[in-house]
Amino acid sequence: MEIASFTIERVQQGLRAREFSAAELAREALRFAEAENPKTNAFLHLCPARALAAAARVDEKIARGEDPGPLAGVPVAIKDVIVTKGVRTTCGSRLLEHYVPPYDATAVTRLEEAGGLVLGKTNCDEFAMGSSNENSAFGPVRNPIAPDRVPGGSSGGSAAVVAQGTAVVSLGSDTGGSIRQPASFCGVVGVTPTYGRVSRYGLTAFASSLDHIGPFGRTVHDAAVLLGAIAGRDPLDATSAEAPVPDYTAALDGQVKGLKLGLPVEYLKNLTSETGDLIARGVEVLKKQGCEVREISLPATDYAIACYYIIATAEASSNLARYDGVRYTRRAVGADTLSEMYRATRGEGFGAECKRRIMLGTYVLSAGYYDAYYLKAQKVRALIARDFSRAFEQVHVLVAPVSPFPAFKLGEKIDDPMEMYLSDIFTITGSLAGIPCLSVPCGKTAEGLPVGMQILTRHFDEPTMFRLADAFEKAGGAAGL
Amino acid sequence: MSSPIVDLVPPEMIARYEPVIGLEVHVQLATATKIFCGCPTSFGAPPNANVCPVCLGLPGALPVLSREAVELAMKAAMALHCEIPPVSRFARKNYFYPDLPKGYQISQYDEPLAVRGWVEISLEGAARRIGITRVHMEDDAGKSIHDGFKDSDRYSYVDLNRCGTPLIEIVTEPDMRSSDEAYAFLTELKQVMQFVEISQCDMEKGQLRCDANVSVRPKGAEQFGTKAEVKNLNSFRFLKMALDYEIARQVGVLESGGRVVQETRLYNPDTGETVGMRSKEHAHDYRYFPEPDLVPLRISEEWRARVRAEMPELPAEKRRRFIESHGLREYDAQVLTATRTLSDYYEKAAAAAGDAKAAANWVMGDLMGALKAEGKEIAESPVSAGALGELVALIGKGEISGKLAKEIFAKMFSTGEAPAVIIEREGLRQISDTAALEKIIDGVIAANPKQVEQFRGGKATVLGFFVGQVMKATRGQANPAAVNELLRKKLG
Repeated sequence: MEIASFTIERVQQGLRAREFSAAELAREALRFAEAENPKTNAFLHLCPARALAAAARVDEKIARGEDPGPLAGVPVAIKDVIVTKGVRTTCGSRLLEHYVPPYDATAVTRLEEAGGLVLGKTNCDEFAMGSSNENSAFGPVRNPIAPDRVPGGSSGGSAAVVAQGTAVVSLGSDTGGSIRQPASFCGVVGVTPTYGRVSRYGLTAFASSLDHIGPFGRTVHDAAVLLGAIAGRDPLDATSAEAPVPDYTAALDGQVKGLKLGLPVEYLKNLTSETGDLIARGVEVLKKQGCEVREISLPATDYAIACYYIIATAEASSNLARYDGVRYTRRAVGADTLSEMYRATRGEGFGAECKRRIMLGTYVLSAGYYDAYYLKAQKVRALIARDFSRAFEQVHVLVAPVSPFPAFKLGEKIDDPMEMYLSDIFTITGSLAGIPCLSVPCGKTAEGLPVGMQILTRHFDEPTMFRLADAFEKAGGAAGL
Repeated sequence: MSSPIVDLVPPEMIARYEPVIGLEVHVQLATATKIFCGCPTSFGAPPNANVCPVCLGLPGALPVLSREAVELAMKAAMALHCEIPPVSRFARKNYFYPDLPKGYQISQYDEPLAVRGWVEISLEGAARRIGITRVHMEDDAGKSIHDGFKDSDRYSYVDLNRCGTPLIEIVTEPDMRSSDEAYAFLTELKQVMQFVEISQCDMEKGQLRCDANVSVRPKGAEQFGTKAEVKNLNSFRFLKMALDYEIARQVGVLESGGRVVQETRLYNPDTGETVGMRSKEHAHDYRYFPEPDLVPLRISEEWRARVRAEMPELPAEKRRRFIESHGLREYDAQVLTATRTLSDYYEKAAAAAGDAKAAANWVMGDLMGALKAEGKEIAESPVSAGALGELVALIGKGEISGKLAKEIFAKMFSTGEAPAVIIEREGLRQISDTAALEKIIDGVIAANPKQVEQFRGGKATVLGFFVGQVMKATRGQANPAAVNELLRKKLG
């Protein structure tokens, strides 16, 4: 089996033709992941028992002549901030090194109901805070395309396993670009759906009003199938949307002629020339397909980073309070009083980036500063959302770069938080507005580093986003010029 | 219990000042399940049994607001005559404590469920309205247990069964001017909450908790004094004692040239004193911000109307009605509206009796006396409201005498039978039939010629003797009025 290049379609074909059973596929996928993982450190741990049990259920269904589901037999990797019953969920943190959740995230339940096989849990920045995967307590992930470079973050492991071929698809989480940026760095498709489209139940919270679960795939089609399986209203998440889930694969029809695309002028400055050139060529390809392109202004963009790092850190400071050493968190030893125990546990347990964000967030919510920071940031967030709704009065879709630069070297930016935060400059606006956006491979730099193109649409208009991305992918990306 | 400091401040000194009191009252809503998850709220389960990922605050778990809790909170707001805005919002109140597993409480902050209401209290016959500033919803924390275990010197234990229990916090205006008013307010509040079945308000189970903000100012002064917040007022008695202590303490401080410090003070029921908490412990900055895991709570006109339609008549309204249309005295109306069960019982009995006043006397007299003697609650009464009403109706119709009714009632109370059943079985129906009575009276007259002589000779009191003889002959079943009338006719 050439499992490293399998798509969902290929898995289903193999199962239908009795070329292999789901159990055989699961065993091969586990073996391959185990053998290849040392190259990237993308998986933190595998869960063979769970994968094999799910495979057995798929094989039984096939034997009984039942529909085994749209993800039947598909090996899926899960970012380790998404909880899995009976399978360790560390969030990339020392504090949860031995934590085994007693329940499954809704997205995990749903993808297993659709026949998916949970292969294992992927590495990530601690509590999803970072843009390079270097903030993991369990070591960084190497980019499968260029092993001396980062895979992006925070869902670096989930992007890397798909690029490396050790999983067919994966789930990541995106708060400010944590799916799209690593997808761009690793040359795969990564989707941040509309806020509320996928239940957050079981997603360890970083910044609740910005957190999304979304899929990675080697093709737009695979990402669309996985999203279709996990999307939809969940009574366990009060912020999940009632809107019905369309068949996303039905949108992959190539009908992009006449689609109006907007290029945000604010995004096109400050690009490395290579990224800028690739995006420009990608846009030409879309024009050739019959899309109409015009420039669009999103004037509030300049305030997006400041706005994001206030709201996200404020929510994080509260969400991370529960890791206090009292219950499941690893507790520091030797403390004599309660407050000493809190300090020692959190002081030893959290990495530098988490501490930085907890302090920032605590500060912006403090009495006397709330109005100046948090409240003002909420107003800016509303302006950013307004920019997008105005843009979408003129165009169907926005096309933009994902990151100002391709994958950088391990260690290159880790000591400069501001430089690191700028990695997210083009992705956080979409997160703040809660609109669907994805990264689709656009092309490669002269050094062979992937560059992704970002496609953003209106709330719940995932079909148009997938339609354009699929047409672009089939045209060969920027190389299709 | 009084304490040294209070004793040192003479009453005439205290009398020169006016206390200003506001209360913050937490009421546990009587829902079957917790506010943000489906765990039961039952009291007394083994520690950490009524828990799930949501109320344990496990990574990834999310709150979902209980509709039942919102409706009870809406009823509380309606009972307190509050306005319920169309949108309210939940907020996180952040602080660290071992029995607070999320590290924050989900409460409401700048957009509470309800605002601007009032409660009427009546003190020595004078009615006064106490303003309600706001009513908001929140989840309760768990319980830390610091002693009772053999390693309690080194460890505290945490029970999270209570964690996530729905609460409302009711904040009053600084409208109370004495500890008696505060006591009356809390009494009225508790009664209303029980009446509308919002809460059982059992203080021992922590279902009703009260903190007080207290200050004093010289009588006639406009400006409020500096307030202290007094916590740990876990019974009505403690509330009054703590307030009296704190008022005297503040007067003492001012009279000796000092200044009252704004602080949180803990009431110690063992000493009867309030003690300032170390400033570090209450210097909390809760860093409130809107709860991103919950959408704003929108209350539509329809929803509001539906909940309003389920509201029972409030005790104060009931009292007014009992006085005005049932003709009860104020005291009786008070007694009969003490609880929802009692007032329901009374109303049913009154309707069946056709005489509201007589029904009131029977309920408050014979029934409550008998219940008290057996240590029973009204809900456990062996005599149903309908049966008691029927008994009262029989007296009204002259079918049984009041004396006989008391005997019948005693039998009803011990057997639970309806009065008609007892009357039928024991043949106790009152004899009002003139022909039957005439026969008996004729016999009595014939048997007592000497007394007939005396009566006719002008000794009117002998009539009583004849009535007694007739009653004896009828085993008390003769209608006394009819007997009197017939005797006069026949003897006269």
